[in-house]
Amino acid sequence: MSTTSNKAQSDPSAPVIRLEAVGLSYGKIRALDGITLDIPSGRMVGLIGPDGVGKSSLLSLIAGARAIQEGHVHVLGGDMADAAHRRRTCPQIAYMPQGLGKNLYPTLSVFENADFFGRLFGQDKREREQRIDELLQDTGLAPFADRPAGKLSGGMKQKLSLCCALIHDPDLLILDEPTTGVDPLSRRQFWELIDGIRGSHPGMSVIVATAYMEEAARFDWLVAMDEGHVLATGTPADLLRQTGAANLDAAFIALLPEAQRRDHRDVVIPPRPSGSADDIAIEAEHLTVRFGDFTAVNNVSFRIPRGEIFGFLGSNGCGKTTTMKVLTGLLPASEGTAKLFGHEVDPNDMDVRRRVGYMSQAFSLYSELTIRQNLELHARLFRLAPDMIEGRIQEMARRFDLVDVVDALPDALPLGVRQRLSLAVAMIHAPEILILDEPTSGVDPVARDDFWQSLSDLSRKDNVTIFVSTHFMNEAERCDRISLMHAGKVLISDAPARLAELRGGGSLEEAFVAYLQDAIGATDTELPRAVPATAIEAEPASNNGAARGWLTRFFDLRRMFAYTHREALELRRDPIRATLAVLGSLIMMFVLGYGLNMDVENLSFAVMDHDDTTISRDYILQISGSRYFTEMPPITDYDDLDRRMRSGELSLALEIPPGFARDAAHGRNVKIGAWIDGAMPSRAETVRSYVQAMHATWLAQRAQLLYGNAATTGDFRIEVRFRYNPDIKSIVAMAPAVIPILLLIIPAILATLSVVREKELGSIINFYVTPVTRLEFLAGKQVPYVALAMLNFFLLTAFAVFVFRVPFTGSFFAFTTAALLYVIITTAMGLVISAFISSQIAAIFATALLTMIPATTYSGLVDPVSSLQGAGAFIGRIYPTAHFVTITRGTFSKGLDFGDLVGPFVALLVTIPVLIGLGVVLLRKQAS
Amino acid sequence: MRVSNIIQLGVKELRGLLRDPMMLILIVYAFTVSIYTASRSQPETLNQAALAIVDEDKSPASTRIVTAFNPPFFTIPRLILQSEVNARMDAGLDTFALNIPPNFQRDLLAQRSPAIQLNVDATRMSQAFTGSGYIQSIVGDEVSEFLARYRSATPLPIELALRARFNPELNKGWFGSINNVISSITMLSIILTGAALIREREHGTIEHLLVMPVTPFEIMASKIWSMGLVVLLASSVSLVFVVQGLLSVPIGGSILLFLLGTALYLFATTNMGIFLATVGGTMPQFGLLMMLVLMPLQMLSGATTPRESMPEIIQNIMLAAPNTHFVILAQAVLFRGAGLDVVWPQLAALLVIGAILFFFSLQRFREFLR
Repeated sequence: MSTTSNKAQSDPSAPVIRLEAVGLSYGKIRALDGITLDIPSGRMVGLIGPDGVGKSSLLSLIAGARAIQEGHVHVLGGDMADAAHRRRTCPQIAYMPQGLGKNLYPTLSVFENADFFGRLFGQDKREREQRIDELLQDTGLAPFADRPAGKLSGGMKQKLSLCCALIHDPDLLILDEPTTGVDPLSRRQFWELIDGIRGSHPGMSVIVATAYMEEAARFDWLVAMDEGHVLATGTPADLLRQTGAANLDAAFIALLPEAQRRDHRDVVIPPRPSGSADDIAIEAEHLTVRFGDFTAVNNVSFRIPRGEIFGFLGSNGCGKTTTMKVLTGLLPASEGTAKLFGHEVDPNDMDVRRRVGYMSQAFSLYSELTIRQNLELHARLFRLAPDMIEGRIQEMARRFDLVDVVDALPDALPLGVRQRLSLAVAMIHAPEILILDEPTSGVDPVARDDFWQSLSDLSRKDNVTIFVSTHFMNEAERCDRISLMHAGKVLISDAPARLAELRGGGSLEEAFVAYLQDAIGATDTELPRAVPATAIEAEPASNNGAARGWLTRFFDLRRMFAYTHREALELRRDPIRATLAVLGSLIMMFVLGYGLNMDVENLSFAVMDHDDTTISRDYILQISGSRYFTEMPPITDYDDLDRRMRSGELSLALEIPPGFARDAAHGRNVKIGAWIDGAMPSRAETVRSYVQAMHATWLAQRAQLLYGNAATTGDFRIEVRFRYNPDIKSIVAMAPAVIPILLLIIPAILATLSVVREKELGSIINFYVTPVTRLEFLAGKQVPYVALAMLNFFLLTAFAVFVFRVPFTGSFFAFTTAALLYVIITTAMGLVISAFISSQIAAIFATALLTMIPATTYSGLVDPVSSLQGAGAFIGRIYPTAHFVTITRGTFSKGLDFGDLVGPFVALLVTIPVLIGLGVVLLRKQAS
Repeated sequence: MRVSNIIQLGVKELRGLLRDPMMLILIVYAFTVSIYTASRSQPETLNQAALAIVDEDKSPASTRIVTAFNPPFFTIPRLILQSEVNARMDAGLDTFALNIPPNFQRDLLAQRSPAIQLNVDATRMSQAFTGSGYIQSIVGDEVSEFLARYRSATPLPIELALRARFNPELNKGWFGSINNVISSITMLSIILTGAALIREREHGTIEHLLVMPVTPFEIMASKIWSMGLVVLLASSVSLVFVVQGLLSVPIGGSILLFLLGTALYLFATTNMGIFLATVGGTMPQFGLLMMLVLMPLQMLSGATTPRESMPEIIQNIMLAAPNTHFVILAQAVLFRGAGLDVVWPQLAALLVIGAILFFFSLQRFREFLR
């Protein structure tokens, strides 16, 4: 095995990870504080503690995904602050970040995801296919190889994530809450997989963060954490002995500092009074819900008496939420009936909703409203009498212990308090039924116990019927009855203790798993193979680094194309981005071609002719005969003139005075009145110059008629040659100038998005923890966008030549070469911008602004660069668009070739390495 | 449908907006700084046009012409040789090249009508046409004055009294500022409503609303009125204080009539915002869609270039867009002082388009909620 040589270098008894005084702050928040710890190698180590205590931060430091702020982190015999050590060891470390499928790409299939990771570790096609095949077989994912990762259940996503982590055969496996939100059976399968892998790979160290204490009990060694500190370390047995607690949940609470556990009381739920079972609050009979071919809920029946706490257990996507939605009247049932208090639920009946309180997963109230405002809004929407609202808010605040924080914003409060707010909101209208969808996920144990005490009070004191779903077994045990649900079916409903008894008196979790296995039976394909060991033995995963030349450590085409390939696949599956990438610029070209049109034609004009002689009519004919003007019915009087000009109907109004012909013939001074609509100044300017020119021409013609040829000869002549665009058509000038702008904005935005998307969605972590270098990452992402931009270039050019009929006179080859250089620059600009931005929406706006303004104002689109002054002139000289505009106009209209355009070409060539270098320097290989 | 629900939910939107500093900054920016700068930076038609002169005469008459060109309309002319003209124009260094032939003065005085050649780079539309007009008249004036020392000019028998109405000096800043108010209204109303919807979806609060006795119609109506109101207020403040006050653009007509038109226009655009949000689903997708939709709407509405210079088919298609009608209305009311009797067709069109968009969006919105 390749790894044995690595192992031999380090003493197996030495700790795999050494932490010395490690600290980490996010702004003012202290995530980790002075952690000093040795983690033994070759063990399964658990990091336990509720959400937000710093487990994830610590793991990301160990994985090298986050830059170290304080202290020292030694992993696999080297300092993780040292970039060279990180580069050497990252092929030995696998890191699975928190969140279901956080490092996966949802639009890519199962196989494509695993394949991408294989490429990142430089594996060739044969090796990748073999390893992926084995891993998918072992995890039971093989039948789903073509399914997009986004459509997998939570458990399957985590298995796929594990496959991706194991593809390079690591020595240290770091798992951050791998089973949160996953059903017990999938959880068990997951741990069996890990056990199998460890069995066949004894040297491997595994470090796992988890919030499930039942799970942690199976680990070799535990680190209990709270608020950035280590509370205790040792084997599970050590911790239990130390605290004298019966289970790890209790042990953890006992380890907490005094202040935090002072208010903690064990949850006591009094037994339900007997004889109340006849009063049925919720009743489902043969309930079935289908979405197309998919049956989400399949023939589900249950009856819940008033005042009972009824628990719903099952994996993500098993139909719990759908069932709850039917009961709240949100969704209609396809078949069967749902009844509340004996009345059938009608989705259109708003009154049903007023009898039900609903609390959805996690916190989903308005974080922009204070607690009081949230309560008030819901009270009003539930139509409480206005004079009762204030009293009710006070009551809820008292009851759920929110009085002190009633004017605070929810975001400023701990999750436990926010969950109490959710419950208060769900109770504001005093519903008889409370439906709670996984209300406690992510809440710490003390707050969870508080929460359950509130539920108990509601049930026992107020006789509220509570229908709750959960993943936690210790919460399920607190329910009066529970239903186990799987794949849309209810497997069994009974009291928790009785269920455990029925399946041999073990724990409830074991009973649940047993029921699930029965239900799945032989038909299940997701179940892992019995011995998931062969894979790891099979073959040395990759002989990274050492075996291949040193050069590949810094630049490897395979790793680069891993990103290219993935980017292209993702783009293809995102309809909006793909449309923008392929058709966006064409649409814009069309719009700009007409929108920026400076030709003015068919201007409407009308005349008030008081003279009405042949001479005045001749004057009018002169104007109406030109292509610039279209004559409208004559103006009758001044009111008519005023009205028609105000409505914008007339751009030009002429008034020819009475006696015009007569006076003109006698050489008396005559004045023709002309009014131009000045509302649109540029149009008015054009109208003015047209009218003046026509007036002058007409005078010259009249003069010629009157005085003969002598009059026409002026003192001198100006011969105007309109070069390059003899017809002075706007489109000939604009279309070639618009191409550089379109090839700038859209490719730059797409390139920025390609990086920022990864930052926002979290998959950037794969770049942090794999051997891919910064240049490979950026160049890999750039390639597909350069290709797309070139496709756009050809489309735009064809559009200009064939649709807009702009003649192309110069060297097409020179033009194409320049375009290639230019789109490399524009995509690189996007990559540079991406270094400063972390949200996609900001990326879109910032990139548009940063590229559009210099391109439209300082690059010769409207005003030539030679007319710019000061800063504008400087930008115009260095901005690549200005140079490409010169090339575009030169090749399109001026008939130029390479030789005539040396200057702009050199400018473009120099810009490329500068921008790409800047992008590489600015990109961080770790989160900071 | 209950009006009180619509009001309550709308108030909630307003409170949410108050706590969103980015959006507030965007609103303030779009209605003040952006309008002010856009109006001030509207370039004059001819500004620093690059002119080169080939003076092959070197006489008092030709020198007179050479010294007649000054900033801001033109750069100080660069004196070049005949052989340089083509290369310099190819490289885009000069927009205009004026060639004064040898013996120009002699021929002029001898009434042999000598010809001056003016080369214009016609790929520079913004300068080519007006610039050549200016050059011709400047050269003409200089030549006439030069000749006036020798003989007097003959007056024109018929005069053309040309006046521009509504904007006598053809100040481009007036037009630019109103235009920017219009585009800020369009952009913000779409962004605010779309973002309000997407925020609810991303935070999971929309699901919460749906289990309450609230209908999709009420949810949508609340977003429309609240965000529309914000934009209406912002635009009227901007019109009075920035456009009329700071930029001293005279408003010809009734601001109230304009605001009535704006309200109807907002009804249409906020619905469009909802529609785009349901198509996009997430903020980034929504942002990209905006780019594809907003620019065509604005460019082809007649706000930047007159509608009559667009192909007929585009003019007709754009009649379906609310922008077109709003631009017509805004220009008529604000510049030309048109009253209800003139702009009622636009008001009616906005109402019809808004109503169609509303029902269309409501359908989409209902599907979106599933």
